[in-house]
Amino acid sequence: MSNNNASSSSVAVVQKAVKQLRLEAKIRRINVSQAATDLKNFCLQNGHKDPLLVGVPSSDNPFRPPKSCGLL
Amino acid sequence: MCDQTFLAITFGPCDNCSQNKPLMNIYLKNEPINYCSLCVELMACQGLAKGETIHTLKTESETLKAKLEEERAKLHDVELHQVAEKIEALGQFVMKTRRTLKGHGNKVLCMDWCRDKRRIVSSSQDGKVIVWDAYTTNKEHAVTMPCTWVMACAYAPSGCAVACGGLDNKCSVYPLSLDKNENLAAKKKSVAMHTNYLSSCSFTNSDMQILTSSGDGTCALWDVESGQLLQSFHGHSADVLSLNLAPSETGNTFVSGGCDKKANVWDMRSGQNVQSFETHESDINCVKYYPSGDAFATGSDDATCRLYDLRADREVAIYSKESIIFGASSVDFSLSGRLLFAGYNDYTINVWDVLKGTRVAILFGHENRVSTVRVSPDGTAFCSGSWDSTLRIWA
Repeated sequence: MSNNNASSSSVAVVQKAVKQLRLEAKIRRINVSQAATDLKNFCLQNGHKDPLLVGVPSSDNPFRPPKSCGLL
Repeated sequence: MCDQTFLAITFGPCDNCSQNKPLMNIYLKNEPINYCSLCVELMACQGLAKGETIHTLKTESETLKAKLEEERAKLHDVELHQVAEKIEALGQFVMKTRRTLKGHGNKVLCMDWCRDKRRIVSSSQDGKVIVWDAYTTNKEHAVTMPCTWVMACAYAPSGCAVACGGLDNKCSVYPLSLDKNENLAAKKKSVAMHTNYLSSCSFTNSDMQILTSSGDGTCALWDVESGQLLQSFHGHSADVLSLNLAPSETGNTFVSGGCDKKANVWDMRSGQNVQSFETHESDINCVKYYPSGDAFATGSDDATCRLYDLRADREVAIYSKESIIFGASSVDFSLSGRLLFAGYNDYTINVWDVLKGTRVAILFGHENRVSTVRVSPDGTAFCSGSWDSTLRIWA
């Protein structure tokens, strides 16, 4: 931030900060317990679909080489 | 996936001006009311008359900050890992490097996956931007940018173009052609112009708009076709290092993190900073939304990663260990949000259990700082880029 000698610009800066804080102070919040429970439920509900979490068989994962080599 | 981004999805008559507009849900004297964003701004401006001195404003600023802390603390009734105590612990993880992409001559700074889950674009310090096929490790396209330190690159949702930028202060879009011999640099389109380096860029839900963040402290939304600035986002007091769009179909908000240690959440339409979080002790290098859109994670030079919940409006978890002293440069979630992959400046990637707060694996392999980590769109693998000039695909 540049330091202007004109006091009007620094008043404007602080005014902006106060305006921002007023907005933030008014927003609606929920309990951490409720937010945490929702995060936990999302993880558990989607966990079985998560390939990095549960692992997929090598045949389905394009990056893992299949175990048996079908040469013969 | 449920659409639960913070910003109100309600649309209807404003309690103040009665016009039908998108509404913000706020409290006024402890009563919940719905105001449109214009009325919220007007209300916040009340009392900011010309006669006020810096002294009174600063006092009000301190009082408001204290009040914010108090309000947030009141709702802090439990820790995330306590809620997660009863869940089964995760088993041993076996993740290995399945592919190594070699071809960059210098530090890899950024990478992005294509939505086809197969192609990757990466950019490096020497100005090269390469498009790879991750299954075969073949290089499909290569462009040399006219600048060094290409810190940002992104794949377009259609897969038909890539955007990149860095020390040239611009974000340029290159349409990818099927003809391998065609000179990509000839079709380049300059979209964004900042007054300092470009640190991060991302297409929105279409190929038509790009969101950028810059060392000049601002983020901006651009129209690709005309190069016009659609919206700018001011509020950071130092370089903005990273941004991430909320994972909802409507795509209304994004989060940014910067050298002022703050992570800000923005409304894309109005340009307003709707929430701000400042608990890190050093620069925030990377921000990433949780898959549900209700939270986001950050990686910072203070060697910690943190999880912030948008609806509780506070930090809910810290991922750190005394033995980790190097900064985290990049973070990403697995598909379900249970795992957090974080690349560090000590050449390792740590995998964290998001709910329990514990580390489940350390991945070794890179021979220099890990600069970028991204999970593939279908969650089957993740890719890491490093200053050792290689990219590794892990699965």
